[in-house]
Amino acid sequence: MPSMTIAEALRQAIREEMQRDERVFCIGEDIGVEGGFGGAFTVTLGLSSEFGHDRIIDTPISEAAIAGIAAGAAMAGMRPIADVQYADFLFNMMDQLANQAAKLRYMSAGSISIPMVMRAPVGATGRGSQHAQSLEAFFTHIPGLKVVCPATAYDAKGLLKSAVRDDNPVIVFEHKLLYGSKGARSEKGAISPVGEVPLDDYLVPFGKGTIRRPGKDVTIVANLLMLYRSLAAAEIMASPGANRPIDAEVIDPRTLVPLDLDLILESVRKTGRLVVVEEDNLTNGWGAEIAALVSECSFWDLDAPIKRVAAPDVPPPFAPVLESEYVPSEQRIMDAVLSLF
Amino acid sequence: MAAVIFQPDPLVSAHIPVEKYLAMYQTMVLIRRFEETANELYMQGKIPSTLHLYIGQEAVAAGVIAQLRQEDYILSTHRPHGHALAKGVHPRAIMAELFGKGTGACKGKGGSMHVGDIRVGMPPAIAIVGGNTPLAAGAALAFKLQKTDLVSVSFFGDGAANEGVWHESLNAAAIWNLPVIFVCENNLYGASTSFKSVFHVDQVAERASAYGMPGIIADGNDVLAVYQAAGEAVQRARKGDGPTLLECMTYRQCGHSRSDPRTYRTREEEDTWKLKDPIAGFRSYLLAQQLAAENQLQAVESKVEAQIQDAIEYAESSPLPEPAEVTTDVFKE
Repeated sequence: MPSMTIAEALRQAIREEMQRDERVFCIGEDIGVEGGFGGAFTVTLGLSSEFGHDRIIDTPISEAAIAGIAAGAAMAGMRPIADVQYADFLFNMMDQLANQAAKLRYMSAGSISIPMVMRAPVGATGRGSQHAQSLEAFFTHIPGLKVVCPATAYDAKGLLKSAVRDDNPVIVFEHKLLYGSKGARSEKGAISPVGEVPLDDYLVPFGKGTIRRPGKDVTIVANLLMLYRSLAAAEIMASPGANRPIDAEVIDPRTLVPLDLDLILESVRKTGRLVVVEEDNLTNGWGAEIAALVSECSFWDLDAPIKRVAAPDVPPPFAPVLESEYVPSEQRIMDAVLSLF
Repeated sequence: MAAVIFQPDPLVSAHIPVEKYLAMYQTMVLIRRFEETANELYMQGKIPSTLHLYIGQEAVAAGVIAQLRQEDYILSTHRPHGHALAKGVHPRAIMAELFGKGTGACKGKGGSMHVGDIRVGMPPAIAIVGGNTPLAAGAALAFKLQKTDLVSVSFFGDGAANEGVWHESLNAAAIWNLPVIFVCENNLYGASTSFKSVFHVDQVAERASAYGMPGIIADGNDVLAVYQAAGEAVQRARKGDGPTLLECMTYRQCGHSRSDPRTYRTREEEDTWKLKDPIAGFRSYLLAQQLAAENQLQAVESKVEAQIQDAIEYAESSPLPEPAEVTTDVFKE
């Protein structure tokens, strides 16, 4: 079984889906230019020579049109995968996503479907305020959109393939520090999890989270980069050298819409403690929603208050020392966990 | 590449079959009577919310859509009843939707501003100004990738041409040679704001040159001019020669919505445009050219009255949506 980075796994998913289904095509800025980058983070590199420029469509710098054209093509029977260079640019597309793509099915009383995928890189990576935000929470608040966050190479392929086959608009948030992009597009401070990715046709279903580290003392729910920081914090807290070793269970929700609430509740019933970790801003984040759901559904199982670890309510800063303060660190995750004991 | 003022060719008009003339006349009368009736029902309190009436602009919907097939797409606006009727959405379904009934075109989930029926090539109307332009371009991209000769039409008012996404969409349609027709219904006002106060060009169609596509100006109150101009644009699109910006000069005889007192324009201006009423003008033309006899036109008008009465009865007697339906149709399972 080959090892792949997340960027390679995403590319493989696109390749397989385009081979399988004539209706699938990619559209976005700089995705298929010869001598170009293959999108901002190399995911579509080489695909235009495999599939041609009719199916790997380079666009003008026109984000609203990219989203709207993808929605219109989806409405007329195609299955577009639209590339967003940085998730922050989703704000340029907001009317087409929130008012058109998300609402057309409802407004048509179910007679139209919009099977489109938006791929959007998130995460603060030394680029300042406008190429850095994590926007998952915004989109979980829009009925009609699904929100997906692959954190491993295996999931990247399986979730993207599920997204392409889903009959609804799906936003796939990918983390810049997890891609494993190489060469000139490599990222400083990247983790780049390489994983075994089967070449056969498998799907990772939506609404099924997974336990990345089993434990009994506290439940940590974290996505994307925060998953890896939480796993690292869990190892430190569990080490025999620790003052009071804590055995944390770390859950990767994989998809935020739909959310695998049962998996989280089951874990909290076991551990009695919950910490939610997100790179998004704190207020009204998806972590707040999970905290509310757990307190509504499982309040009497809790032995301590629910804690959120998130970016403060400020735009992402530039200076490395400020950015390190902004993005939740292993230490902040450990502090939050330890405060519950 | 300056915008071109379209001159209908009498020789072309002479080759239009009589049935086509009568069909366009029927469409225009149907729209007019539907809108007048909807307004009465609104005043009686039977239709909730508000209405954006299409009265005065009927020649645009009738003339453009007469060039389309059922499989072609149209994308409409917050003022969509005329487009919907012309494309073949059933008057019953539209009227029931205005009433908020469960039998409406959108089962009560859309309302006046979102009527449509995908089975006749009309997705729900898009009530965000300019919002439908990339959707129309996207549908056209799909038709091109699917190697069909179908086309899509984006209808919009003059106001939409000042939205950013409109620029993005026309540019993309032009560079990719998409089979889409951008039909601007320039009715001289965006809500209360006059065209002249927000454009520093004389015509929207002049902007076509910025995208390298033909810009055509047609008399939007002359259904034959619209029909012929749209015919050329649709043929270009079907042949793979790309998009056209077709600007139809017309006038919204009623206010923007039902709460509009129209104090931003003069009664004299309104009277001038009423003299150019598209239906009265076409009726006179048909009689003068002996394309139809008075009794034929009356028969069309009677048929429309029956359709309107049928739509009202259907809407009034239809059930309300089940309240539990509020949570359905968000996602496709």
